[in-house]
Amino acid sequence: MLKRTPLYQRHTALGARMIDFGGWEMPVQYSGLMAEHQAVRNSAGLFDISHMGRFSISGHDAQRFLQYVVTCDISGLSVGQSSYGLLCNDQGGIIDDVFVYCLPSEYLVVVNASNREKDWNWLQRRSTGFDVDMQDLSDRWAMLALQGPQAEALFCNSPTMQHTGLETLPFHEIALFGFFGVNGLIARTGYTGEDGFEIFCDAHRAELVWDALLALGPPDSVLPCGLGARDSTRFEACLALYGNEISEATNPYEARLGWVVKLDKGDFIGSTALREIKAAGVERKLVGFELAERGVARGGYLIHDLSGQPVGHVTTGMPSPTLNKPLGMGYVPTALSTEGSEFHVIIREKPVRARVVKMPFYKPRYKR
Amino acid sequence: MQYNLPADLQYVETDEWLRIEGDEAIVGITDYAQSALGDIVFLELPEVGDTFTAGQTYGVIESVKASSDLYAPVDCEVLAVNSPLIDNQEPINSDPYGDGWMLRIKITGGTDQLLDVAAYTKSVEERDH
Repeated sequence: MLKRTPLYQRHTALGARMIDFGGWEMPVQYSGLMAEHQAVRNSAGLFDISHMGRFSISGHDAQRFLQYVVTCDISGLSVGQSSYGLLCNDQGGIIDDVFVYCLPSEYLVVVNASNREKDWNWLQRRSTGFDVDMQDLSDRWAMLALQGPQAEALFCNSPTMQHTGLETLPFHEIALFGFFGVNGLIARTGYTGEDGFEIFCDAHRAELVWDALLALGPPDSVLPCGLGARDSTRFEACLALYGNEISEATNPYEARLGWVVKLDKGDFIGSTALREIKAAGVERKLVGFELAERGVARGGYLIHDLSGQPVGHVTTGMPSPTLNKPLGMGYVPTALSTEGSEFHVIIREKPVRARVVKMPFYKPRYKR
Repeated sequence: MQYNLPADLQYVETDEWLRIEGDEAIVGITDYAQSALGDIVFLELPEVGDTFTAGQTYGVIESVKASSDLYAPVDCEVLAVNSPLIDNQEPINSDPYGDGWMLRIKITGGTDQLLDVAAYTKSVEERDH
């Protein structure tokens, strides 16, 4: 039996095409991936991301514990600030990528839907000796993402948000707001490469908040968006997807996430291995590429060097709706990772020439 | 979900339709297939004169989210391809039984494996939950 979010009824009522995403019955598209993608890039799109995991970590040692399990440095976070980080294992492999929000008396850790149980068990197991209280709030809270260049204007100009100061909420900060008669948290975070908000509210109020957000502005200003547009927008912004670009078999340096690893903050899980990996240099690297010939690269396709030797694989690939050409990300040997390097992607047993280009494909338009 | 599945066409499980005219047929993908794929952005079609056996891949169709093979519904020889589709795939989504047609073929084998609209509708309903 697939798990469902508090918004399941809304999705089916809107005629969404539902799919199994990591054990969750989720909308992949409503009106169509392309229209939804354009809405996020040009106006605003609304995503149900309640399937993600939300853990509260409090107690005397909460900060010390999180410093020990994540790669980023959260010691400098003030109340209301957040940080992107990684959970790594002792070998430096990536268990998950997470967002840590600093709230007045706890930390809120948002994890990937597919890793909820794994992360929870990992954090439980590693909390021995720390005075921490962990709560899994995932089912009690819903989580929505309102994303796009018009997200701020539409939300902040709505009667419910006027004079709340939401428009002054800085990038990657979170605060308690009242909206549509509901109290909840709003963060200026997202996964699309656009400005926008992630909204946390009680699961019982999720439908009310969803309906109200969809009704913002003139009719059809906000389009409901499914996992298809979530994937295509994050792909263009070259944001890693767990299971594609990152996994326990990848380390942060080859995934170009070295900036999330703060080796100077003191010892943490994986720090010894990560120091060694960094010192030795990586053998392969994640690159972005375009195809020089007709074809579409997809995740899992093999990459061969020009002499025909298998040297890597595609992690995500698709025709980019915004750039209007097939693009991909994948792992290749470091020697082939510089801009302009060429290799072949094997598409249906046929080598198709590809060329390394700059990442991100789409420059994020965050409000900083 | 409701799909447009015309009663005067023949179908196969792999979501191709045929409009049989004597020993020739027009071939395309069904409304269900185009809906499942979403906006189509890439298409590869065979050359005139190519021959295929039933079930063999004759082309590739790609949307942003997925890639799918196109399967020959019967043993056939390609008489014509809808080449404007190579540059503009939009008709496959908007008009799958009209301007979105893909091949005109000469049928060179049996047609017993083809489904009528009732059998194909049942197949779609079983998969589309």
